[in-house]
Amino acid sequence: MPAPIRLRELIRTIRTARTQAEEREMIQKECAAIRSSFREEDNTYRCRNVAKLLYMHMLGYPAHFGQLECLKLIASQKFTDKRIGYLGAMLLLDERQDVHLLMTNCIKNDLNHSTQYVQGLALCTLGCMGSSEMCRDLAGEVEKLLKTSNSYLRKKAALCAVHVIRKVPELMEMFLPATKNLLSEKNHGVLHTSVVLLTEMCERSPDMLAHFRKLVPQLVRILKNLIMSGYSPEHDVSGISDPFLQVRILRLLRILGKSDDDSSEAMNDILAQVATNTETSKNVGNAILYETVLTIMDIKSESGLRVLAINILGRFLLNNDKNIRYVALTSLLKTVQTDHNAVQRHRSTIVDCLKDLDVSIKRRAMELSFALVNGNNIRGMMKELLYFLDSCDPEFKADCASGVFLAAEKYAPSKRWHIDTIMRVLTTAGSYVRDDSVPNLIQLITNSVEMHAYTVQRLYKALLDDISQQPLVQVASWCIGEYGDLLVSGQCEEEEPIQVTEDEVLDVLEGLLVSNLSTPVTRGYALTAIMKLSTRFSSVNRIKKVVSIYGSSIDVELQQRAVEYNALFKKYDHMRPALLERMPIMEKTATNGPTEIVQTNGETEPSVVEAKHPPPVTQPANQANDLLDLLGGNDVVPVIQTTMPTKPASAGGELLDLLGDLSLSGIPPMTAYSKNGLKIDFTFERANPNPNIAVITIHASNSTEADMTDFVFQAAVPKTFQLQLLSPSSNVVPALNQGTVTQVIRVLNLQKQQLRMRIKLTYTHKGSPVQDLAEVNNFPPQSWHAHPSLGLIG
Amino acid sequence: MQFMLLFSRQGKLRLQKWYVPLSDKERKKISRDLVQTILARKPKMCSFLEWRDLKIVYKRYASLYFCCAVEDQDNELITLEIIHRYVELLDKYFGSVCELDIIFNFEKAYFILDEFLLGGEAQETSKKNVLKAIEQADLLQEVSMLSSIDGFSWLF
Repeated sequence: MPAPIRLRELIRTIRTARTQAEEREMIQKECAAIRSSFREEDNTYRCRNVAKLLYMHMLGYPAHFGQLECLKLIASQKFTDKRIGYLGAMLLLDERQDVHLLMTNCIKNDLNHSTQYVQGLALCTLGCMGSSEMCRDLAGEVEKLLKTSNSYLRKKAALCAVHVIRKVPELMEMFLPATKNLLSEKNHGVLHTSVVLLTEMCERSPDMLAHFRKLVPQLVRILKNLIMSGYSPEHDVSGISDPFLQVRILRLLRILGKSDDDSSEAMNDILAQVATNTETSKNVGNAILYETVLTIMDIKSESGLRVLAINILGRFLLNNDKNIRYVALTSLLKTVQTDHNAVQRHRSTIVDCLKDLDVSIKRRAMELSFALVNGNNIRGMMKELLYFLDSCDPEFKADCASGVFLAAEKYAPSKRWHIDTIMRVLTTAGSYVRDDSVPNLIQLITNSVEMHAYTVQRLYKALLDDISQQPLVQVASWCIGEYGDLLVSGQCEEEEPIQVTEDEVLDVLEGLLVSNLSTPVTRGYALTAIMKLSTRFSSVNRIKKVVSIYGSSIDVELQQRAVEYNALFKKYDHMRPALLERMPIMEKTATNGPTEIVQTNGETEPSVVEAKHPPPVTQPANQANDLLDLLGGNDVVPVIQTTMPTKPASAGGELLDLLGDLSLSGIPPMTAYSKNGLKIDFTFERANPNPNIAVITIHASNSTEADMTDFVFQAAVPKTFQLQLLSPSSNVVPALNQGTVTQVIRVLNLQKQQLRMRIKLTYTHKGSPVQDLAEVNNFPPQSWHAHPSLGLIG
Repeated sequence: MQFMLLFSRQGKLRLQKWYVPLSDKERKKISRDLVQTILARKPKMCSFLEWRDLKIVYKRYASLYFCCAVEDQDNELITLEIIHRYVELLDKYFGSVCELDIIFNFEKAYFILDEFLLGGEAQETSKKNVLKAIEQADLLQEVSMLSSIDGFSWLF
């Protein structure tokens, strides 16, 4: 049998292949040869064959049949074999396969080998891919090597220990004694890996952290030596002595100094020294400065030092190297909350970064810019941000638009400016604006009473230009429906009023209905707007005609609306003015997150029409009175139907029912669960005008003598309900009723069924985990009872 | 560090070192997707990017891309220095290293990497010491081979 071809020759041969198919053929041929060689248990060439296999594996071909061969190589006495064997193990085996456990014994032997390079191979492999079982078995050996005086092995053992700790955190304690004098080593390799090990231990255990705090002076000394010492050829990188070690020490100092005044004080000087003396012309120096800045910002440093750090970041922003700019923006983003004023000083540089070519830099600059907007700089910042919005990539537009709306809402210097800004966003990035912006904007416009005429005029003009951007069109339609009377009467004060007739307005709205560009949602808005104009315009007949045409529309939503509006004309014409009158000012509920939809009074978005979950809307009492006064009502919180409008046929009857409904607040609290000292009470918030949502607050209290920690409350409801659980106030229920954990649940009960809930409680009590499941069936009927509703069609 | 990949401008993998446990299939998928993402980037762009909740640091040296995935707390700028140090080591070892050296001597590239990094962290910060260790290990290898086959140190 001829000797198997050598590795380099195989590589050369495979590279001559001109097609993928040719390559595959060569590989298959060679694999077959290798397989038979393996079967013959050939010791001499096993190493060569496995090496070839590893090459083919890198090209993407399967090599699993070589796994056991790697193990045989590891067990061999020849160094060559071991080298390739261990390499193969690291490339072909992973800890999910049981095969790798067979390595354990070999590694154990090799850890005790007489040759340090063999020991090194074993440590490397264990530290790279050792599974938890292997780590458990071999931790003792690693610990032994951590105490050796051989620095070549000691440094490897330290990193191997890091891996062991990551895999089996409980073993961390056993390495503690060996760390005793790690930092007194002169060898940089050992120092570096020791610092990594200490960092790992401190990050994982607060006890270790407290224990190692005493090393701060020593670390400071080592760092000082590195900075002050002269040129050391062995560790020099562009004039800096061992930057890798410096960075790791700075990182460990960060962890040790965090929330500890004494340690932070002890490192103040050295941090200032590094910050001011490090050479910044090359990446190395900046890497150290970067780490220093991170440390300064995280520990309890004095304000002068913090300002120094932020200024370094400011200088980074002006650096030609985009990597440095990127890193600066990332860091500034982290510190903008805590050191807002210092970061503000660099605002113009940050805004310049909006024009950077790199996408990541642009994104960070955008986020940072929004974080820096305040009442003073809003006008200037907004100019820049709107310019950015115009020219940026599509992937940014949605976030940028949302950011602009948020900032405008918080800091708008005037209502007109606000409306103008919104208009600008809608017209330039209208199709990227998030769906929930539409109701937000509508509410905003409604509340800017004096700007109604101006707004509707501008929106109308925008519609004449472009009807492709749906959010713009939707807001515009709504406004025209609401304020069309102002539009045709030419009342605008803010700018030159335009002359437009009722027919022209109706032309535009009807145009939306028929246009291909309009989505079904937009059509819904347009139709409703047209309907509303029936009480504001005089051309009622035209409107009646349009409405009746859409009574047979294919679009079910449009059809339903049209049919109902028709009915309104025919049978309930006396109610039409009241139902379609001008919207009152809406108070915005506190939103829990950017995705929550603020429900406008009566207007529905398609998702709501499909009867998904509308969030609760709390109507202020005076607004309710306004509405009810018309109907002769009393001071009852009105219940506004915000899901699909009910058929007008029953509207009259339900209106009367409303008057008979009193006092929806005052649902008594109840005890949902009481067992083993844990009591959970439910209280109900002031009844929501939205009859479909119950807002329940749980109050968990603990009458035993020990705290209940890691307390987690989970709830489940039957399929016809939907549940939302907000964050708990804490996860420790203090003993002896010293406090309660509260958490808010919102339950959507569309089908108005009896509320039932299953709850699951988990906590740790006196060291043992406790878990319990329970059913809650004693909800008071008022919490889910159906209310009659007012079909306010908007 | 979670992993390091070396690949050519055509997307061919020249070295892959994984410091986290992943199946072969997962590794292949990550390599393929990441390589594509990086090759699509323009030359003037930043060396850092966020990719699937990983921080990626990469740099191109001639026809080879050196790409590392690091943890959130890792310093990206020093990672660039780590990459540079590795390239220097290869350069010193092979004498003006080029891609072909790494293709034909891939196992040596791994050996050198394993003397420089262990478990994803630098184990030795002195260039001299890393090269010395490799030199000694190579010697040991030659000696172990002398006793075999035809008396010549054919490195397989």
